[in-house]
Amino acid sequence: MKNKTVKVDFLARVEGEGGLYVKLKGKTVADVKFRIFEPPRFFEAFMRGRDFREAPDITARICGICPVAYQMSACHAMENALGVMVGGQLRALRRLLYCGEWIESHTLHVYMLHAPDFLGYQDAIQLAKDHPDAVQRGLKLKKIGNEIVNLLGGREIHPINVRVGGFYKLPSRREFADLAERLKWARDAALETVRWVATLNFPDFQPDYLFVSLRHPDEYPFNEGRIVSNRGLDIDVRDYEKRFEEQHVEHSTSLHSVLTGSPPYCVGPIARYSLNFDRLPEPIQQVAREAGLGPVCKNPFQSIVVRSVETLYACEEALRIIAQYEPPESPAVKVEPHAASGCACTEAPRGSLYHRYRIDDRGNILDAKIVPPTSQNQNSIEQDLREFVTARINLPEAELQWQCEQAVRNYDPCISCSTHFLKLTIDRQ
Amino acid sequence: MAARVKPKLAVWKFASCDGCQLSLLDCEDELLAVAGAVEIANFPEASRAVVKGPYDISLVEGSITTPHDAERIHQVRRASNFLITIGACATAGGIQALRNFKDVRDFTSVVYATPQYISTLNKSTPIVDHVRVDYELHGCPINKHQLVEVLNAFLNGRRPAIPPHSVCTECKRQGIVCVMVAHGTPCLGPVTHAGCGALCPSYDRGCFGCYGPMESPNTASLARGWVQLGAKPPDLLRAFRSYNGYAEPFRRESEAHEEQNR
Repeated sequence: MKNKTVKVDFLARVEGEGGLYVKLKGKTVADVKFRIFEPPRFFEAFMRGRDFREAPDITARICGICPVAYQMSACHAMENALGVMVGGQLRALRRLLYCGEWIESHTLHVYMLHAPDFLGYQDAIQLAKDHPDAVQRGLKLKKIGNEIVNLLGGREIHPINVRVGGFYKLPSRREFADLAERLKWARDAALETVRWVATLNFPDFQPDYLFVSLRHPDEYPFNEGRIVSNRGLDIDVRDYEKRFEEQHVEHSTSLHSVLTGSPPYCVGPIARYSLNFDRLPEPIQQVAREAGLGPVCKNPFQSIVVRSVETLYACEEALRIIAQYEPPESPAVKVEPHAASGCACTEAPRGSLYHRYRIDDRGNILDAKIVPPTSQNQNSIEQDLREFVTARINLPEAELQWQCEQAVRNYDPCISCSTHFLKLTIDRQ
Repeated sequence: MAARVKPKLAVWKFASCDGCQLSLLDCEDELLAVAGAVEIANFPEASRAVVKGPYDISLVEGSITTPHDAERIHQVRRASNFLITIGACATAGGIQALRNFKDVRDFTSVVYATPQYISTLNKSTPIVDHVRVDYELHGCPINKHQLVEVLNAFLNGRRPAIPPHSVCTECKRQGIVCVMVAHGTPCLGPVTHAGCGALCPSYDRGCFGCYGPMESPNTASLARGWVQLGAKPPDLLRAFRSYNGYAEPFRRESEAHEEQNR
């Protein structure tokens, strides 16, 4: 009997450090480990004793790719604790900020991290030599996403204008005028992106996923909604910890998140899309259908199409918010601390991001819990690999390795985030 | 004439959020030009391709927090002609250096159910504590335009034009109304290294020191100014002990207020 190992020490084109290990015994997959060796940074521990107003800025430092997600979950959790509602134009501006992050993060992944796999290039720089127009379009689209975050947040990485209760300073209508013009170009570019990625070849692979995402009564979800699944879960965010728990395994510095009593679950674009297709505007549903997607997408390789559809949605939504913008009277709702605890879940580009805090009467943080999307997806990634490799066990080593890497990149894993959090090794025995 | 061999650029990650190396990918207008001027020889976040060293320039992101990384940084140094550290983690230990003021074993048990699976050092330390560093670029995150300037300078054999003065100077130069004087908002601008373009004051917010200490900061004097505005020792302790809290001048100042806090 032939035994083999497929090993990827440093998985490339993901954010952070991890690897893969797949052990094969003859024709069966004996073991799969999605290894995370990103050094632990202990955010939940050193948050203790910090002021509640510091949570959005400190937790942003968990991830340079999706700082807005951290800022949004932190603000909403603190506001949930203190009984503060942020509505109207301030709420709309938060959605706009998230649109910016979805556009830049999704476009980074689609063009620079994921597309090279489908077209057989090592990276986007090589891709740019043969497909200069596509890569230029991607860079410009990404830049416009960053411009939204820049204008509203002050800078694209670790924005400085977000606070519990709202913002420090409000943009003027005039500042939005130029941006709106470029967003119209971005909308067209996003549509071209959907059509471009729809032409890629997708492996035939459709696991029977348990999808989890936020769902809102009338919007595609960013900051608010109930936590739902495609198998009947429908809970208030406050009940998150009653249903989900974190487990610590030896091969990962990222905790594995599990839905109690259920198989591994999947968060992120394909989950969000499949649970919220009816919340997309009709013209975008039509674009998705023309790109070969149904109302449910179970092929993780097609996540590149879903990301592109979500990018198109984010451009449309940003334009809508800007068109309806009237500066509110104050940049923030006043927030005073009292002893309380609260939680929130928002939709980071890679999936649901849960924060929970307890604070004392002076506003000092007593404890914090943060569950990033990639820790929730680790079990699903390992399950995908097991199923994927089983069907492709006879592939030549180098090809199998590349396809395994690609199967992980489907998730756009953010390893820096999940280490509180990759290395591929395939071991044939 | 033989084609000029392109200098090899490597990007290395230690404990960090990836944001500073992302700055390179965020140079949407310059990225393809940079890729034309150098050979991107090792940049796992962006490419599967790895070219063997030695490397002409290494950009190092992140701080040293594990025994393995304390070894790995020496390998990076040996393989690099110029080693440039980027960001608050690499230059000052980063936000994760908050552990340096506590017992890390308590931290591990707060986050992880099975602490024995976790291998970590007591302290999060900057790269310069371990190996010789040719240039430090500050900021949490770094300014991407400064990154392009530093690369340009090293590629052309000149000193980077990165001003060492304070955020305060940048702020005055831009004609922003002083948030501390005009609005009574506590601000770390007078002691913080320039580079962000006085971002927070331009958004009606006090600077919170994410670029770390400037070259000769008078932190004690600024702290007295904060007290006049009503700041209490815990406020000062937290202000100096954040993203660059383990950088010497900020560390000393926070320790002074920790004493008062007792």
